[in-house]
Amino acid sequence: MKALLLRDIRLAIRAGGGFGLGLAFFLIVVVLVPFGVGPQSELLSRIAAGTLWIGALLACLLSLDRIFALDWEDGSLDLLATAPLPMEAIAAIKALAHWLTTGLPLVLAAPILAVLLNLPAAGYGPLILSLLLGTPALSMIGTFGAALTVGLKRGGLLLSLLVLPLYVPTLIFGAEAARRGVDGFDTTTPMLMLAGITCGTIALLPFAAAAVLRVNLR
Amino acid sequence: MIPDLGKYADAVMSAYAVSLLLLVLLVIVSWRRAAKVKRDLEEIEGKGQSDG
Amino acid sequence: MASLWEYANPKKFIDTTSRFIPWLFGSALICLVTGLVWGFFFTPDDFRQGSTVKIIYLHVPSALMAINAWLMMLVASLIWIVRRHHVSALAARAAAPVGVVMTLIALATGAIWGQPMWGTWWAWDPRLTSFLILFLFYLGYIALWEAIENDDTAADLTSILCLVGSVFALLSRYAVNFWNQGLHQGASLSLDKEENVHDVFYHPLLICIAGFVLLFIALVFLRTQTEIRARRMRALMARERLTA
Repeated sequence: MKALLLRDIRLAIRAGGGFGLGLAFFLIVVVLVPFGVGPQSELLSRIAAGTLWIGALLACLLSLDRIFALDWEDGSLDLLATAPLPMEAIAAIKALAHWLTTGLPLVLAAPILAVLLNLPAAGYGPLILSLLLGTPALSMIGTFGAALTVGLKRGGLLLSLLVLPLYVPTLIFGAEAARRGVDGFDTTTPMLMLAGITCGTIALLPFAAAAVLRVNLR
Repeated sequence: MIPDLGKYADAVMSAYAVSLLLLVLLVIVSWRRAAKVKRDLEEIEGKGQSDG
Repeated sequence: MASLWEYANPKKFIDTTSRFIPWLFGSALICLVTGLVWGFFFTPDDFRQGSTVKIIYLHVPSALMAINAWLMMLVASLIWIVRRHHVSALAARAAAPVGVVMTLIALATGAIWGQPMWGTWWAWDPRLTSFLILFLFYLGYIALWEAIENDDTAADLTSILCLVGSVFALLSRYAVNFWNQGLHQGASLSLDKEENVHDVFYHPLLICIAGFVLLFIALVFLRTQTEIRARRMRALMARERLTA
């Protein structure tokens, strides 16, 4: 299992592995928003928390088809399927690798990009915590979506359509937690809901993703 | 004949128009596709029987 | 012939439903005409909402059917996963576009109804927002069916998507309620005596709901027949190509 994890991480970090892609996209979104809504710092600080969450979510979305695509194309996915590792574990490891190479870097980049959007000081802690709690869910849900579209040639757009409604609850609670933190309100409820979603998806979606992979590998 | 809908006439009429239009379109499209597929299948099955 | 055996159950479905379809469409039409005419012409205006209350006869039934269509797809998907009855999988596929249209009608009538009441064409009210999300789930489901060539693979993948989607749709409902406390009136149809919808509107509304339900069943029967035939056609054409 560890071998698979390390292999995926190495593949992602290699040139062409898409490691920086998510971060770059995150930066692009954050830079574009002020151009879209205007540079007034008061406005930006009000929408900062939500914008950062959306940027992180979209950056995750962008990198999802890499989870299985490369292995599918060169046949390694078929080989993995015959390995002694259960498919559920493969799906979970893939999600973990995605989170480590995409989600976690986004969490680390968020406070830096938050400066560009004038996030109020009180908001930094809750923002980082909410992203830390929520991005694993995004990776796991995304892995499920990637498994669904793994065989399709132009699967990217369909993948986005399938995954986005699934992302809504995570986004709602995550952004709510970050926003409440900015205003100094209690963030316990949304944080707990977020943690619940992450735990739930990690516990259940590997089974769904595995079932889907088995179907696609038939 | 139409009751006095007052100031909301536009809202009510457009709501009814949109809904009924969508329903009618759905039914028509479903019927037409059903008829077409039925026809095409009969054609293929007829061809198969005359060849086989 | 292997394919003939496979056809046995679907064929029975077609034979059985063919008898009911005309009656279902007919009675749906009668209910809809009765309910809508009664509601439109013969009910009073609401004290607060004026004549816009008449939109209820379209908004509530379509919203109910939007949800029920998805539930039916969920059940059909489960039956496919467990029992592998092709008719089930195809029925789910057939129901989805009907559900989409119902959702659209619910959204359109909801928005139009809301505009004079709330002063805005679209308010991110929890009920409407949940239907918007449901609309996206429907689109994804339909798109997945269309994207996959192999029928059995498509049936398997879409049924799993429906399952997972249902959980998330439910979760979204609560999330959206949490996110925005909302302008919508409370559940307008409750089974206990505390009806928020006044009696005078209730009866034509029930008839409209019945009409929508009958229409849904009629359409799903018709469309499932089409899916069964289309699938058989694809199988025959594939065989033709192999033996040509």
